[in-house]
Amino acid sequence: MAREYETVIGLEVHVELATKTKIFCGCSTEFGGEPNTHTCPVCTGMPGSLPVLNKQVVEYAMAVGLAANCQIHQKCKFDRKNYFYPDNPQNYQISQLYLPICYDGWVEIETEDGKKKVGIHEIHMEEDAGKLIHDDWEDCSLVDYNRSGVPLIEIVSEPDMRSAQEVIAYLDKLRTIIQYLGASDCKLQEGSMRADVNLSVREKGSDMFGTRTEMKNLNSFKAIARAIEGERERQIDLLEDGQAVVQETRRWDDNKECSYPMRSKEDAQDYRYFPDPDLVPVLISDEWIDDIKSRQPELRTEKLERYKKEFDIPQYDAEILTSSKKLADIFEASAAICKKPKKVSNWLMGEALRLLKEHNQEPEDLSFSPENLAKLIQLADGGTINNKVAKEVFEKIYSENIDPEQYVEEHGLKSVSDEGALRSVIEEIVAANPQSVEDYKGGKKKAIGFLVGQTMKAMKGKADPGAVNKILQEVLEK
Amino acid sequence: MDIQSLTAVRLGEKIKKKELSAVEAAQAAFAQIAACEKEYHCYVTVEEEKAMEQAEQVQKKIDGGELTGPLAGVPVAIKDNMCTKGTLTTCSSRILGNFVPTYTAEAVKCLEQAGAVILGKTNMDEFAMGSTTETSYYGVTRNPWNPQHVPGGSSGGSSAAVAAGECFYALGSDTGGSIRQPSSFCGVTGMKPTYGTISRYGLIAYGSSLDQIGPVAKDVADCAAILEVLAVHDPKDSTSVKREDTDFTSALTGDVKGMKVGIPRDYLGEGLDSQVKEAVLKAARSLESQGAQVEEFDLSLVEYAIPAYYVIASAEASSNLSRFDGIKYGYRTEDYEGLHNMYKKTRSEGFGEEVKRRIMLGSFVLSSGYYDAYYLKALRTKALIKQAFDKAFEKYDVILGPTAPSTAPKLGESLEDPLKMYLGDIYTVSVNLAGLPAMSVPYGIDSQGLPIGVQLIGDSFQEKKIFRAGYGLEQTREDQDRLAPVLRKEGR
Repeated sequence: MAREYETVIGLEVHVELATKTKIFCGCSTEFGGEPNTHTCPVCTGMPGSLPVLNKQVVEYAMAVGLAANCQIHQKCKFDRKNYFYPDNPQNYQISQLYLPICYDGWVEIETEDGKKKVGIHEIHMEEDAGKLIHDDWEDCSLVDYNRSGVPLIEIVSEPDMRSAQEVIAYLDKLRTIIQYLGASDCKLQEGSMRADVNLSVREKGSDMFGTRTEMKNLNSFKAIARAIEGERERQIDLLEDGQAVVQETRRWDDNKECSYPMRSKEDAQDYRYFPDPDLVPVLISDEWIDDIKSRQPELRTEKLERYKKEFDIPQYDAEILTSSKKLADIFEASAAICKKPKKVSNWLMGEALRLLKEHNQEPEDLSFSPENLAKLIQLADGGTINNKVAKEVFEKIYSENIDPEQYVEEHGLKSVSDEGALRSVIEEIVAANPQSVEDYKGGKKKAIGFLVGQTMKAMKGKADPGAVNKILQEVLEK
Repeated sequence: MDIQSLTAVRLGEKIKKKELSAVEAAQAAFAQIAACEKEYHCYVTVEEEKAMEQAEQVQKKIDGGELTGPLAGVPVAIKDNMCTKGTLTTCSSRILGNFVPTYTAEAVKCLEQAGAVILGKTNMDEFAMGSTTETSYYGVTRNPWNPQHVPGGSSGGSSAAVAAGECFYALGSDTGGSIRQPSSFCGVTGMKPTYGTISRYGLIAYGSSLDQIGPVAKDVADCAAILEVLAVHDPKDSTSVKREDTDFTSALTGDVKGMKVGIPRDYLGEGLDSQVKEAVLKAARSLESQGAQVEEFDLSLVEYAIPAYYVIASAEASSNLSRFDGIKYGYRTEDYEGLHNMYKKTRSEGFGEEVKRRIMLGSFVLSSGYYDAYYLKALRTKALIKQAFDKAFEKYDVILGPTAPSTAPKLGESLEDPLKMYLGDIYTVSVNLAGLPAMSVPYGIDSQGLPIGVQLIGDSFQEKKIFRAGYGLEQTREDQDRLAPVLRKEGR
């Protein structure tokens, strides 16, 4: 009989924090500057420069740790991880090994078998490296230190996950928590959230761990799921073949859907960690922890309950709206302006999600202002524009964040409900379509639809459908 | 008038009284550099043009009443491990042979704001690793008291420049005695303040947890005045301390009555030159005669200071010096194949023997499997040494002892046996391990005509007690001890 295997997975998740400045200097963390423009002696490793810790980094790390039920090391320290590579200007990374800021926490995820806790081993703060650009034409490498010193937290889970689904649920949970805290936008594609997967397999029922591998280069939830399936199968095949799994770091190639060894345990580097003498221990008082706790924003679970209660939003809709901090923010801001939460919810649940899917985007990519959505709802509700026009205008809001009032005005999209103007057009339509009139009068009530359509066409879609129906009936009944 | 033999404070007074201008002071320094530099080689870089321009600007500010401090217009030399914007900063290493910083070290900025005129950058042991200034890539510095002897190190260029009158005062840095020992060898006064007193921003790190910048000058009053300018809290240095008690010159009373002075018996034992010992005891008698209470005591743990120091300093250095890789600045080897070969060749060619020895030692003690046995043990030793000093300072205001076991050795004697050279740091390194302030004050001359320094050690933040005792000692010092022959009339 074939042996049954269990997958054991632990995650190391790197999250880029949303601070305005870098972790150890005052340089901007903004994305996309010209190479080496967001740099200074500190983040380019100039001799004699010294790091000074950005307090906001500690606060974000604490906020994430507290939301993930962690303990806080009230005296935590930074250590140097020594290795030579040109993207790392000092040839050491300032990180935390011996006393990470947060430890011993958990988050709860939903699985097929109900709720489950995934343990958090630790969360530590560290600096990001620069970026190497290999120029094949010139046969040289260039380095951009704009990302050097951007603050990261690394969240190390316990090996508590057993399937790709659990891993995705865990990542989703982390992402939601961190986004709600405003600590990061957590975009996998852009690298502001990165996950390394530690995976081993063992026979079901065994309580020994198998030899694990670490998988890197996972840029989307789908890639993570595929990599987990792939690595699980690879390890099982090895074991079934009587071979051993080698402890190593592997790189996932999502196009080829397979992985390659990067380095094995034998050539693992000795990082010669030691406490960074340029930084003093971070002392975290009870008051500071209390202050962070008191400033924790409403997290998803609380928000979801409030939406149901306060706005009478159904469970499913509330779940979707709160699944992303961005979506929830737009919802609340728009609802506060137009005082029509249900209408706002409908627009977001309907048109906004449809367009996101169509553009293959995440809710975090939504870039329109809540004011414009609120204005659109007012225009549609007040009958200034009809539904069809409203949807068109929404697409413009979605893509270009236009002001709907101005747009409707400039493009002459207001509904025509002026009786006189409508009546004369309708009379012309009726006169031009004797067959339909005859059908209608002969009892084919559906024929009115054709006439409505003709009228709307003649009005270039701007007629108020209610008014068209009413006048058309009057004309036909004459 | 013999300008070169003036102390910094005296020169500052004359400039203030318009008896001399900043420009004349700088000219006097450059005249002395022209006369002596060939023999002593105190500097890696002399910046005459820049300095003369700066002197003119400073004089304008003095005339305009903008600069009124005691050091306004006084020319200074800076150890070549402190970054100076636009001026070559080499750490006396080949690997930084072309490094021109884009920023100025905070300590140097403090001096500039006080009206200092920067003459140039002084020679040192490569990356401050050494006790003789012989490990410099740019040639040895010679002792102005006798050019056959070393000036000490690593701040040998700074100490020799002060002794030879090639500057009026200098900045040095002290990781294990690098200000105090060369000051002792060159017959000048050098102080290492409490760790955290002077910003390390822009000081190219050797052992970050031990490094402190400090003044090298002709006497105690100069050191106090210079330290007043330098002791400024700097938010750019996380280890910088906010201090309120920085009116150091107020301690120059000449009154040591009632001070309790301890002499560690452990400092007077085997390995100490008898003439140095005699100088220490003479200093003790001088303080006693002025009303201080002096007694010997057992400090303990002295023999562990050197191993702990070399483990910690080398460990930090191995990491601090890893940024010198040929990628971003400094020397890069000419021919290489691929990244790792470039690293290897650049660093093999760019660093000297002593630096490589310490990088290897430091890398070893941090490597997995040895970290606990060496690095952690050294940290625990460091903590115990601090405790031993804490205990001593419950009883004594200052500790008096030798600065170095002997006077300056001859050139070439020390490098043959690095272990023996390391042992020469025995009286200085524990001060750095404990983060304490200490000062070397010239006190006597040995039979070879070389100066002897005695060391005063204080508790953390108790520099004033050191200045008080040191100033007291100076009052009874014999006059011929004061200046190197080159600055004495009979020496010409």
